[in-house]
Amino acid sequence: MPPTDTSHPPLLAARGLRFARNEQPVFGPLDFAVDAGEALLVQGANGAGKTTLLRVLAGLLRADEGHIDVDGQPASPALRARAIAYLGHLPALKADLTALENLHFLCGLHGRRRGQLPGNALGIVGLSGYEDTLARQLSAGQKKRLSLARLWLAPAPLWLLDEPYANLDLEGINLVNRMVQAHLRDGGAALLTTHGAYAAPPVRTRMLQLERPA
Amino acid sequence: MMLSAAKALCARDLRLLWRRRGDALQPALFALLVVVLFALALGGEPQALAKVAPAVLWLAMLLAGLLALDTLFRGDAEDGSLEQWMLAPVPLSWLVLVRTAMHWLTTALPLLAATPLLAELLHLPRAQLPVLMVSLALGTPLLSLLGAVVAALTVGMRRSGILVALLALPLYVPVLVFGAGSVAAAAQGLDPWGALLLLGAGLAVALVLAPLAAAAAIRIALG
Amino acid sequence: MNPVVRWFHQLGSPPYFDRFAARWAPVGYVLGALVMAFGIWAALFQVPADYQQGDSFRILYIHVPSAWMSMAVFALMAIYAAIALIWRIKLCEILAMACAPIGAAFTLITLATGSIWGKPMWGTWWDWDPRLTTELILLFLYLGVIGLYNAIDDRRAAARAAGLLAIVGVALLPVIHYSVTWWNSLHQGQTISLFGKSHMDPSMLPPLFAMIVGTKLWFIGSLLARARADNLRREAGKDWVARAAGLPARAASAGVPR
Repeated sequence: MPPTDTSHPPLLAARGLRFARNEQPVFGPLDFAVDAGEALLVQGANGAGKTTLLRVLAGLLRADEGHIDVDGQPASPALRARAIAYLGHLPALKADLTALENLHFLCGLHGRRRGQLPGNALGIVGLSGYEDTLARQLSAGQKKRLSLARLWLAPAPLWLLDEPYANLDLEGINLVNRMVQAHLRDGGAALLTTHGAYAAPPVRTRMLQLERPA
Repeated sequence: MMLSAAKALCARDLRLLWRRRGDALQPALFALLVVVLFALALGGEPQALAKVAPAVLWLAMLLAGLLALDTLFRGDAEDGSLEQWMLAPVPLSWLVLVRTAMHWLTTALPLLAATPLLAELLHLPRAQLPVLMVSLALGTPLLSLLGAVVAALTVGMRRSGILVALLALPLYVPVLVFGAGSVAAAAQGLDPWGALLLLGAGLAVALVLAPLAAAAAIRIALG
Repeated sequence: MNPVVRWFHQLGSPPYFDRFAARWAPVGYVLGALVMAFGIWAALFQVPADYQQGDSFRILYIHVPSAWMSMAVFALMAIYAAIALIWRIKLCEILAMACAPIGAAFTLITLATGSIWGKPMWGTWWDWDPRLTTELILLFLYLGVIGLYNAIDDRRAAARAAGLLAIVGVALLPVIHYSVTWWNSLHQGQTISLFGKSHMDPSMLPPLFAMIVGTKLWFIGSLLARARADNLRREAGKDWVARAAGLPARAASAGVPR
């Protein structure tokens, strides 16, 4: 495993992060950081705030208190767009477009990692042969793989993955772990949420346990 | 970056339109139905219909557009695409503008094409048709932009149908007044261009401000 | 820190605002009621009858202040909403949403008194007078803001969404008024304006001033009362609310888990 590069600021750093909805605290205060080449596993029971935390980090929600730094600078929409790729519960796939058309659109929107092509990405996630299948006709697991293909094509170094193992069979789980491993090897970082520890990637991982605040 | 994102979004929407091309006719069919219902309710006598034809046509377009508003953001909100738009490197307001433009092209353009036919059904005097077409050409994009703000405010709400109409219709009043009024002015022998230019000015302002307001609304609704 | 600025910051704290509103809302109500009572008495008994309209013009003393309040409250609501959206100040969200029902009530009063005034003048209960038509659309804008606020579960997101609608509405309101006035001139020629171009004789003005001041005082009382209620509702799970209600403070967890 590559040694920690301590001369660079962490890709993501959160200090004193707190979030409440309708006056009920959801999580906080949280302090953590994710360096390049590292994975952070966020664990917690249902309702502990894992999804909310990821959405706050991605910039979809605003934290009530605290700071988020991306790549050493205060998080701004432009910075987040460059540095973060977010895989949420909803796959962001259009049912009436084929797998390849979906990837083409998302690459047009977010940009594409150099040296990667949508066709190759489909092969990596095990969907070769499904280029011209409408997303509507894919199974839940195949849709998840298509989302992973989109993730693979994203140019951003930090991956925020919300329940990446959901809907996947054992082979799919291995795929996610392989992808995370390769991504970390290339200098990226990943933050994953999961229910249980069984599906942890075989990389240097830190754990963050979320509990419902009292 | 902004241009490539716009091109990708346009290509996507055109492909989606093609895959569901039957649906594209629905607004025009609705407008036709509204015209039919008005004619039936008013008694079908040509003189009476001709007098109210501009107003009825404007209302038919407005109501059809209002119903079509539901498809502006709903699909993208439900499958998580809107979230990805919020995270994209291009401004959300730019994507909203492109999306609204594509939505107008796919819902209002067929309506505009159907207008001469509908005008015939209501015995609209031929001389008023050009003014009507210009008023609709300026007014329907303006309605789409105002509607986009309201649709953005209610995105993610499950049963928002009537609420969207209640929120949008007061905002539609000036557009309806100047639009239908321009044709009425022309019918009276007055100059319609004052009203039409006001519509144009409103459209120019809305092209800039409405996407910004809609983007802010989407952030509030999804955040 | 400047004492005025400090006071504003303090006001943003929910318990402090609760005490402030509890203290000053009744003052607003009582003073407003007194001033309005004087105004109405003077309008009915002191002011001479109009040479053209006789006694029926007296309803102007309710109609005009109501109309001005309906517009002013909408503008104030939009200002509060803008502050709430830009600086994310919770108190301004609450104040903006509290303005809406009060403004809607003033609009209703304007419409009702306008209609009552119009009956002897026009012969019908409703004539599409441009000003009243604008008031009617204003009522719909108010109802839209209230409806949107009630339709969203998350209270803060609801207040921000309804606030944005209020801002859009206030920007469009002059356009709406102008368009309806133009439409009226197009279709009906000049109609008799309800409170026409005729200048009011100075002897007729004092009750009007009284009503204008009185409605503003009443508005302040009503705004503080409503904002206080909303504030308490939002903070319902907190300890200070329990203490203020005279109940024992709750133990560890606050409220129902979501």
